[in-house]
Amino acid sequence: MKRRDLMSAAAALSAMPFAARAQGAVTKVTFWHSMSAALGEEVNRMCAGFNTSQGAVEITPVFKGSYPETLTAAIAAWRAGQAPHLVQMFEVGTGSMLAAGPAVKQAWELAKETGIEIDPQRYIPAVRGYYSLPDGRLASTPFNSSTPMMWYNKDAFEKAGLDPAKPPVTWDEVVKATQAIKSKAAAPIASTSSWFSWIQFETYGAMHDLPFATKENGFAGLDTQLEINKPAYVKQLSRILEMSKEGLFKYTGRDNAPDPLMISGQSAISFNSSGMRGDMVKSAKFAWAEAFLPYDQEITQSPLNSIIGGASLWAMTAPNRSVAEYKGVAAFLNYLSQPAQDEAWHERTGYVAVTPAGFEKARADGFYRENPGADLPIEQLARGTMTPSSKGLRLGRMPEIRNIIYEEVEKAFQGQQTAQAALDSAVARGNRVLRDFERQNKA
Amino acid sequence: MAERRTVFPGVVLPLLLVAPQLLLTAVFFLWPAGQAIWSSMTRQDAFGLRSEFVGGENFSDLFSDPLYLDSVVRTAGFCVAVAVLAMGVALLLAVFTDREIRGRGVYRTLLIWPYAIAPAMAAVLWILVLHPQVGLLGRWLNRHGFAWDYKLRDGQAMSVVILASAWKQVSYDFIFFVAGLQAIPRSVVEAARMDGARGWRRFRTITLPLLAPTTFFLLVVNLVYAAFETFGTIQALTGGGPGKATETLVVKVYRDGVVNLDLGSSSAQSVVLMVAVVLLTMVQFRFLGRRNAD
Repeated sequence: MKRRDLMSAAAALSAMPFAARAQGAVTKVTFWHSMSAALGEEVNRMCAGFNTSQGAVEITPVFKGSYPETLTAAIAAWRAGQAPHLVQMFEVGTGSMLAAGPAVKQAWELAKETGIEIDPQRYIPAVRGYYSLPDGRLASTPFNSSTPMMWYNKDAFEKAGLDPAKPPVTWDEVVKATQAIKSKAAAPIASTSSWFSWIQFETYGAMHDLPFATKENGFAGLDTQLEINKPAYVKQLSRILEMSKEGLFKYTGRDNAPDPLMISGQSAISFNSSGMRGDMVKSAKFAWAEAFLPYDQEITQSPLNSIIGGASLWAMTAPNRSVAEYKGVAAFLNYLSQPAQDEAWHERTGYVAVTPAGFEKARADGFYRENPGADLPIEQLARGTMTPSSKGLRLGRMPEIRNIIYEEVEKAFQGQQTAQAALDSAVARGNRVLRDFERQNKA
Repeated sequence: MAERRTVFPGVVLPLLLVAPQLLLTAVFFLWPAGQAIWSSMTRQDAFGLRSEFVGGENFSDLFSDPLYLDSVVRTAGFCVAVAVLAMGVALLLAVFTDREIRGRGVYRTLLIWPYAIAPAMAAVLWILVLHPQVGLLGRWLNRHGFAWDYKLRDGQAMSVVILASAWKQVSYDFIFFVAGLQAIPRSVVEAARMDGARGWRRFRTITLPLLAPTTFFLLVVNLVYAAFETFGTIQALTGGGPGKATETLVVKVYRDGVVNLDLGSSSAQSVVLMVAVVLLTMVQFRFLGRRNAD
């Protein structure tokens, strides 16, 4: 073949994709998420459902690893001009995403530009409060929200002589229960906890109306300081350290590393995300139940709501991103929040229904009759009247602050420092991070 | 000393031949290194939207941070431990396979295999052995009353990480020691044996000194390996924890840069590491160059 023919053929071939797009082909949208295993299959199912429900937009879910890995990947991709259309960002990354300026398109902005409505009132207050701007506009769309619960092994309770239908309600009762479990050797581990910072400090503070940080937990300003070395938090950590010394509690790792110990029945009591329900249903080979988190009756007699964990969905920008693509993103977000979809996601995972309509539909369909305890997370989230201390947290570089808390707590569990020293050190180091974040984002 | 030199007529051909390598070096080494140096002198937010030039402030913050100095000391201890353990075991095995025994070739081949395993895979293998709840040895230890939990005890975590890192490097050291032992002239050993020197005496006065160049070379290689290439192993085994017990300098660079998104500090740390490697390599070339010239 002549070289000229080859060149013109190559030019024609490379022009074809543009020709295809000009004909009004399907808008392709990418969605990066961190849902692995069973949760990942659910995400695939939701996206497939969206794709088949209409023909204009095709969304492709991509599993990118853990939450921190997805955050890093999204930032790197944005810097390279190749950010995904939608990214799932964990709740503690909210501070960083809010400071991302032109890198993200906040939900209210997305709604305005595309003309597709994304109504904040559709979501329950505890959930939307975490992801909204101070004036109520929605910054990111709630997707998978969990809340911590107390899980217990009913078989182990029976063996220990405890009533499996009446789980402990206060921390004093938890101590007594673990003592019974230990004395009757009803389980190898009496109690343990996943997500130590999220459950034992962040949620604990919200339930007992204790500020985690000044400036309304960071919602009211970047010049916030940590408050977790105050007496109430020190009492909480001291209590758990005491339990650990007496063999009533075992620290078994960070984040959700301790989950398998509950699922396998090695731990009689455990504090984990409500999202563990799916794995418990699938893999637990003993009688179990979930219950409200215990509270300290000396601090309060009526605990407030717990705070959410999980993640929300952020729309990201890229050079040359078209309005059609943003419309596709908005359409998918609306699809997810429909009662049928919200109910399906809630029932198949352990995440709560983020819309009241979804919750009502699940109740009407008898889901809670067949699965007792599955409505407790939402009840705990809606309990009491929300205060500035129970709205959640908005602190920059929160993943780093959580790691600092883990490190100090781990040193305390090894007996290297007292609870007060650990929390003082965590506050000092955490405040340094907050000041850094404030400086980096003063613009 | 006769050096073989190839003489080219003209300049264009040699330049073209070297160009691909120069391009690779420029794109994959010089450019990222330059970026790192630039980034180490700025303070920026995660998305790179706001960037503030701060000169040497990241460095001064680094050297006045007690946690960083802790990490330096920890890394130094870790490197020495890994080097000594890896080289010691490798030397022992090399001496054993230096004798005329049956299956020597098989032993030598099998001892080289761990080198082919990726660092993170080595970590997974050791987890399956040592994990307190899931590992064979870990559960055995706990069952027999020994409180084994490297996820919670500083000292145990450090030993596990040293063990896994050294295990991988034994093969590499083994090969070099075998070659080094083979280079020792038989006549010298025979003469010593005829003079009545016994095994350990022969080893101390003849073998070890003649192995010195190999040992020095391996020492530098092992130190660099322990300082840099163990990231995968440590990250997969303990992630730098518990607390900061196994956070070596490389792990700290990753933690500060990728997880905490503090790019300025992370870049400053990598620049410091780069300078350290450059110095180590210069020392090595100096010493080996001088030996070769004898």
